[in-house]
Amino acid sequence: MARPLRAWRELVKNLFRKHVTGQYPHTKPVIDKNYRAKILFDANKCIGCNICVRNCPADAIKIIQVNQDEKPTEVDGKTIPAKRKFKCVIDLAKCVYCGQCTDGCPVKALSSSQDFELAHFNREALIDEMKHPYETESKKK
Amino acid sequence: MPKITVPLGPQHPALKEPGSFMLSLEGEEIKDAVLRLGYNHRGVEKAAEARNYVQNIYLLERVCGICSHAHATAYVHNVEEIAQLEVPQRAKAIRMIVGELERLHSHLLWLGVAGHEIGFDTLFMYSWRDRELVLDALEEISGNRVHYSMNSIGGVRRDMSNEQIKKVLGILKTLEKRIKYYITVGTEESTILARTQGVGVLPKDEALKRCATGPQGRASGVDRDVRRDNPYLLYDKVDFKVITQDSCDVFGRLVVRALEMVESCKILKQVLENMPSGDIAVKAPIKIGPGEAVNRYEAPRGEDIHYLKANGTDVPARVKVRAPTLANFESVAYMLEGDTLADAPLIIAAIDPCFSCTDRMSLVQTGTGKSGIMSFKELRAYSIEEYKKKGIDFSKL
Repeated sequence: MARPLRAWRELVKNLFRKHVTGQYPHTKPVIDKNYRAKILFDANKCIGCNICVRNCPADAIKIIQVNQDEKPTEVDGKTIPAKRKFKCVIDLAKCVYCGQCTDGCPVKALSSSQDFELAHFNREALIDEMKHPYETESKKK
Repeated sequence: MPKITVPLGPQHPALKEPGSFMLSLEGEEIKDAVLRLGYNHRGVEKAAEARNYVQNIYLLERVCGICSHAHATAYVHNVEEIAQLEVPQRAKAIRMIVGELERLHSHLLWLGVAGHEIGFDTLFMYSWRDRELVLDALEEISGNRVHYSMNSIGGVRRDMSNEQIKKVLGILKTLEKRIKYYITVGTEESTILARTQGVGVLPKDEALKRCATGPQGRASGVDRDVRRDNPYLLYDKVDFKVITQDSCDVFGRLVVRALEMVESCKILKQVLENMPSGDIAVKAPIKIGPGEAVNRYEAPRGEDIHYLKANGTDVPARVKVRAPTLANFESVAYMLEGDTLADAPLIIAAIDPCFSCTDRMSLVQTGTGKSGIMSFKELRAYSIEEYKKKGIDFSKL
């Protein structure tokens, strides 16, 4: 007699309990601020040391210089070479979101965001090119 | 009665991963079982030789999805031993917290899978609901639910704040209540008892002969636990019991895992309440070695052994992984014999198998008496030739 009674008690309790599962596309899950998802790049900070490229376990990140054609400036008769500028290309299909690049970056140009909805029908759309403002400016000119 | 051979796997609804079990039946009874692995070989050890020490942490973490911290920590211990790095106490404590949470997560997952195999899906739903609590704690500490990536060479990557410690302690309080409930359900519920008692028996002498480790061995009365016998991290400073059972069947394995969860909670409380202060990592060199190291780690499924040979460059010369499933796999054939076909999925699930962790490549050429090492080129040419015989051409890949 004890077992059916216990089962009934559990059943009645469950009638008044909140749902544990979330209705995902309708209600977004609460993502912790520590979560490691899509990598963000601050082009103005990058110095092109390539530590992120060397330590990337998935070979997903590329740092490419964008201002090879920029001419050096002359100040007081001295030629000063242009500051090197870089863009970052991350293949989101290869990236394993370990966050090693953000940890290793000496100037904190890379950081993890909480944007986890990255699925796409097109493979090319997964290549995330984070341009330096210099590129867009030089194109306008 | 004629003998019938039934193939269970490599692809089978009862198996979560590919492994082949050829079962010879006489009526319903299994008379003989031939096991085969190798359907999920990924070449992790060879790939590790082409990556630097930092990249390898993440590669070896992916040997297993559930014991990811176990593999990464065993590897990092080896690197630290060769480089003679002194890991800070706080980093050791954080590694231990993640390791024990991982054990809770693994055992709750196993309990759910066992419930599902028994045909008691309510238990599966309940235990996976509570596993979500553990995963939330891990997400908050490490930034991911499954691949925590907490280790760096010389320490850990993230510190734990006081709020996080409080939150994990809160989660533990709820979990302890739930685990107690599972222990009563597991030991009293007649469906569980009927499906597990006297099923898949592995006596102590057989367990020793077949090198069973972890909960599988402990349920057969083999009193071994790396955490107590060869303490690493801070396990020599915490008080816990090594759970053993003498029933030697699937029921014993269930009880061992359930009681181990209680012990894990006990360890976690002790560490969280006495967190050492200080740094979380020391600076590590890029080039390691030369030298060799072997380390053991008590993964949730059993003893995990890692070997590392360093040659003074930034990439390792050799990495060898002995995953716990390989040690436990040997006893499955013995356990299957004499049981019925209906119990086979449960017996296989009872060792908590992870076939992709276990798959290693070894080349045996019978008849020639030759032994040697094959280079990657030779191995590739050999495999292309073998597949051509089966009518598949891989030479263009």
